[in-house]
Amino acid sequence: MSEKKIPLGGEFLLIPGEAEHCFVPEEFSDEHRMIYKTTVDFIEGEIRPNDEKIEKKDHATVKKLMAAAGELGLLGTDVPEAYGGLGLDKISTAVVTEAFGFSGSIAVAEGAHTGIGTMPIVYYGNKEQKEKYLPESAAGTHIHAFCLTESGAGSDAIGGCRTKAALSQDGKHYILNGEKMFITNGGWAEVFIVFAKIDGADFSAFIVERGMPGVSSGAEEEKMGIKGSSTTTVIFEDAQVPVENLLYERGKGHHIAMNVLDIGRYKLGAAAIGGAKDALKVACRYAKDRQQFGRPISDFGAMREKLAKMAMKCYMGESVIFRTVGLIDEALHGADPTAADYADKCTEAIREYSIECAIDKVFGSEVLDYCVDECVQIHGGYGYVSEYPAERYYRDARINRIFEGTNEINRLLIPGEILKKAMKGKLPFMQAGQKLMGDIMEYSPLMVELPDEPLAYQAHMIEMCKKAVIFVAGTAIQKFMQKLGKEQELLMRCADMIIEVFAMESGLIRARKAIAAKGEDKARFYADVVTAYVDESIPKIDQWAKECLSYVEEGDTLRTLLVGIRKLLKYNPVNGIALRKAIADKVVDKGGYPLEY
Amino acid sequence: MNLVVCIKQVPDTETQIKVGADGKSINMDDIKWVMNPYDEFGVEEALRIKADKGGDVIVVGAGPKRVTEALRTALAMGADKAILIEDEGLYGADPIFVGKLLAKAIEPLNPDIVFFGQRAVDDDCGLASSSVAEALGMPQLAVIVKQELDGDTIKVQRPVEGQTNVLSTKLPVCLTAQKGLNEPRYASLPGIMKAKKKPLEVKTLADLGVERDDKIEIAAINPPPERAPGKVIQGETPEELAVNLAKALREEAKVI
Ligand SMILES: Cc1cc2nc3c(=O)[nH]c(=O)nc-3n(C[C@H](O)[C@H](O)[C@H](O)COP(=O)(O)OP(=O)(O)OC[C@H]3O[C@@H](n4cnc5c(N)ncnc54)[C@H](O)[C@@H]3O)c2cc1C
Repeated sequence: MSEKKIPLGGEFLLIPGEAEHCFVPEEFSDEHRMIYKTTVDFIEGEIRPNDEKIEKKDHATVKKLMAAAGELGLLGTDVPEAYGGLGLDKISTAVVTEAFGFSGSIAVAEGAHTGIGTMPIVYYGNKEQKEKYLPESAAGTHIHAFCLTESGAGSDAIGGCRTKAALSQDGKHYILNGEKMFITNGGWAEVFIVFAKIDGADFSAFIVERGMPGVSSGAEEEKMGIKGSSTTTVIFEDAQVPVENLLYERGKGHHIAMNVLDIGRYKLGAAAIGGAKDALKVACRYAKDRQQFGRPISDFGAMREKLAKMAMKCYMGESVIFRTVGLIDEALHGADPTAADYADKCTEAIREYSIECAIDKVFGSEVLDYCVDECVQIHGGYGYVSEYPAERYYRDARINRIFEGTNEINRLLIPGEILKKAMKGKLPFMQAGQKLMGDIMEYSPLMVELPDEPLAYQAHMIEMCKKAVIFVAGTAIQKFMQKLGKEQELLMRCADMIIEVFAMESGLIRARKAIAAKGEDKARFYADVVTAYVDESIPKIDQWAKECLSYVEEGDTLRTLLVGIRKLLKYNPVNGIALRKAIADKVVDKGGYPLEY
Repeated sequence: MNLVVCIKQVPDTETQIKVGADGKSINMDDIKWVMNPYDEFGVEEALRIKADKGGDVIVVGAGPKRVTEALRTALAMGADKAILIEDEGLYGADPIFVGKLLAKAIEPLNPDIVFFGQRAVDDDCGLASSSVAEALGMPQLAVIVKQELDGDTIKVQRPVEGQTNVLSTKLPVCLTAQKGLNEPRYASLPGIMKAKKKPLEVKTLADLGVERDDKIEIAAINPPPERAPGKVIQGETPEELAVNLAKALREEAKVI
């Protein structure tokens, strides 16, 4: 790794992405690939055969499976070796999480346990807390849960928090009162990370055990999907939590909540992409099997194009997630899990990439939803009946756009964080905007000379899209200033543009790496996917940009702005249908997503 | 006890095999390579014997560099050491020759038991094990589903058409593993991380003093014929359908 500094979170919007800071799945080590295989084998060999029992929330089966996963080390990738885990890099964790994504309900149980349920202790626990709780978490013998949401505190989790904590008279316990809602693993967890306000004010986190006096869980929710996961209320009635179970510092619960949600978000993205690839496989195999009009339906262009689009989205999803995780790994590199400032270092490293984490969450969950929806469609009527897996995939997927921060909340966060960083002078966003306003007068798409390298036109257009985002956001900032936060319709579109830019660029860098490694011929699939994807994205970005500008300005000013956008986003379409046909050939031939780890 | 397991790397059974341009080999692009599933039974059994009686488990493979991955998997499962006989052109070689080659690498290890899978799922030959047994002068007990060790005597069971053959012999011995022998363990994550540090010795044909000496060569590989589409039997009533079905079975399929 070079001495050059790691790109800042959100900086991708301002500078062309550098290949060396864009980790791609093709760079997995042998160990990463073996870890993936072990996880997939475990899912296929142990979890799938138990699907029916899991769907019925057979507690004993889930417990046994979690312990078996723990024994293989699948739950301990993020737990330091000193505390019974493996202390691996985040790529390893993402690889395990992605493979767990095949498993629906168990993926949710696993994600909540290893991620939001355990990471607060990994990062913020003191030595005693880590020694006490982490070994059993890594082993899967004690399941963890994360209790933030309340009936009145959903998206506004911190502001709306009503659960209270007060020091007992003897100063030995915090007395907790309140009720948490929708808690994953609520019915079977032994350890709960609970957020409460000390004396009604200081938002803080506690490690609470099921066995402590005054702790109980409510009835299971009847859910649309992930029926095998446990979702209950967790109730604290004068619950006695020893003072030593305060996690981190009084009044610093929001650090933990926000940081851990960032982790939860890239993990959710990874699991979602695993699920999406699984749905693609199921859809593709069915399409090859199902005969209508005397031919397998996979012969029909309408079906093939669906399969191609699913594969394109899966490719972009992988690219986005592993790029993010690679950045976090780089930022965490060398952090000593036993050092006193470990929590601060980690908070800083992961918070830095909260924009990218939010993108992973939104993009991953929407790729998954797209794929499970088309999976049902490709199954026709058989996609609507529970005899086939497509129906369950469809229901199981839906929650991903809701929890770990709804996709709306995550979308708001993306431009919000960029603005925050710009205001703090951490990202030269305003300068870039001013420079652009000057440059754009002289810029002509006709003058552009493309370098002689693969995907040069796509690379150029991605840079132009970044400028379009800066152009639109800059215009909106000038107009609304501090009140921009209230203009959610604008922020949503900015978020969408930023997400697309990050996805396109991550996919592009990956394709270029593949071309460099394998040659253009063998990397054809990569180039086709990126070319076709960019071809679909640009008109969308163009539309969002125009909608924003038309809202912000009017008359001559608007006309001038629209000329600017037209110049920036002047694009010569490619033969996208032909590309998708070629992509579909690959998918149908492989019987699923063509790239394998 | 010196326990040797021979491992072949084969295309994953889910891989769609395509015949290469020369018509005699398979197209190696886009293949996912894995340890031959029957060899996994061998690794597992060796690890169990080691746990019970002590000793070392050494895995041996021959082929291109990529075979390292299969060997690493065995190391991650718990084997102690690996030897790769690296040769880019070895895939598809005469199995009798491969056996002789393996024997050269195995002999200095002084094996008590040499494990094989009962056959490799790619070419289905099942010959390399016999070739090794022959070269090392060992008895071969093939297609076993159970073994019991008692001192230097080994008793094995092999299924024969629903019956069970019980055979016994003295060590050293060459065994080939059949499904049912055991449930192979997964390579655990700690195992995977430990495997990185375990010794993997690479030898060439020249190191072993062996030259290619294939007695057979593959003349052609023909893909299976395309599956003909199914036929829908026509008819208005169940009776009519039954008549038409019987007719089709007799006249077209010629099975009744
Ligand atoms: C199966 C399941 C498992 C869960 N597991 C856990 C868990 O383990 N731990 C935990 O703490 N929580 C968990 N949750 C809770 C989950 O995180 C919340 O449901 C989620 O954060 C949304 O909160 P809410 O349901 O109160 O919706 P609300 O916040 O009421 O949102 C309703 C709608 O309003 C939108 N909205 C809200 N605020 C804004 C705004 N400011 N601007 C624009 N739009 C807005 C939302 O996007 C959404 O579309 C789980 C939920 C479910 C269903």
